[in-house]
Amino acid sequence: MKQKPENGAKRFVSKKAVTMLSIFIFIVAVGASAFRNDLPEKEIKFNTITRDSVASVQAFEIVYKTLMSPRCMNCHPAGDVPLQGDDSHLHAMGPKRGVDGKGVYAMKCSNCHQETNVAGLHMPPGNPDWHLPPAALKMVFQGKSAHELAKQLVDKKQNGNKDMQKLIEHADDGLVLAGWNPGEGRTLPPVTHAEFKKAWITWLQSGAFAPKK
Amino acid sequence: MAKITLNINKKDYPLEADPQMPLLWAIRDLAGLKGTKYGCGVAQCGACVVHLDGEAVRSCVTKVIRAAGKKVVTIEGLSETNSHPVQKAWQEIDVPQCGYCHSGQIMSAAVLLREKPNPTDQDIDDAMAGNICRCGTYLRIREAIHTAADLQKKTGTKG
Repeated sequence: MKQKPENGAKRFVSKKAVTMLSIFIFIVAVGASAFRNDLPEKEIKFNTITRDSVASVQAFEIVYKTLMSPRCMNCHPAGDVPLQGDDSHLHAMGPKRGVDGKGVYAMKCSNCHQETNVAGLHMPPGNPDWHLPPAALKMVFQGKSAHELAKQLVDKKQNGNKDMQKLIEHADDGLVLAGWNPGEGRTLPPVTHAEFKKAWITWLQSGAFAPKK
Repeated sequence: MAKITLNINKKDYPLEADPQMPLLWAIRDLAGLKGTKYGCGVAQCGACVVHLDGEAVRSCVTKVIRAAGKKVVTIEGLSETNSHPVQKAWQEIDVPQCGYCHSGQIMSAAVLLREKPNPTDQDIDDAMAGNICRCGTYLRIREAIHTAADLQKKTGTKG
């Protein structure tokens, strides 16, 4: 026989108490979560992709013209000899890439390139980590179309296994920044580093779309 | 000006120098070792090559402060008795004409032979492309490096 709840019977906990308790728990939970410091904030930010092919391709125009400027492309040659100067001619003396990208035998990059720029017009520019990409991962820019370069930059097999976060961080790499401190007698890249970085991140976070050509 | 001690050819030289001074200046004018030559002053010719912790650096663009705490070897210190295989080979083939560039040539060749004891012609070209000789002794340089490689093998010496 089914028992019907009796009207007006006393509950174990009142409705009002349940409601108040729920609100209290909610407030405590929200408040406590604000103090968590284990959330990978950066990661969440970097992994946020809002796919927008138009914005992405537009941003890549700035990225492409920067990467193809002499300050970037000269160290991403199609061959094994770096390029030099605003006209991107082959580096005088023909230094070779070597296995690690740091030159060979008596012709290692750091034999001439110091930790900082040498003062004077067209003197050797400097950086503590001066090198080309290594032989196993040449990361060629020279001769690449915008389409080809965009595809290459996000291909982990061709970019040194860099994911989105590492690609974004690479905009602040020491040698990348050296492009904006090229020493006397060399033109700067076509946009500022801040403009480049903004375009780079926009391109990546809007889906890293490759231009058609 | 700063007090900088350079270790050149296993000897300490306490010097007073501007840290930005080219190492070449310190070697020639402060330490008094004149074997290393000034050629172009812009890292283009290789006449000023010395070894800095074993690497063939161009001392005309290397700041003296970079050499502090490191080992510098100049042509005078490559061997105590001019018996380095490269020096012997240079004498055997009679490589130099005017000789001005040859301390740099020899220092570069010594690094090549240490890293590649049996170099091909291509290795020699790759290693020596930065050392210019206005007398055009390149063919004798190449021959002498092959000779030095043979000497190294026969005598078991190392560059």
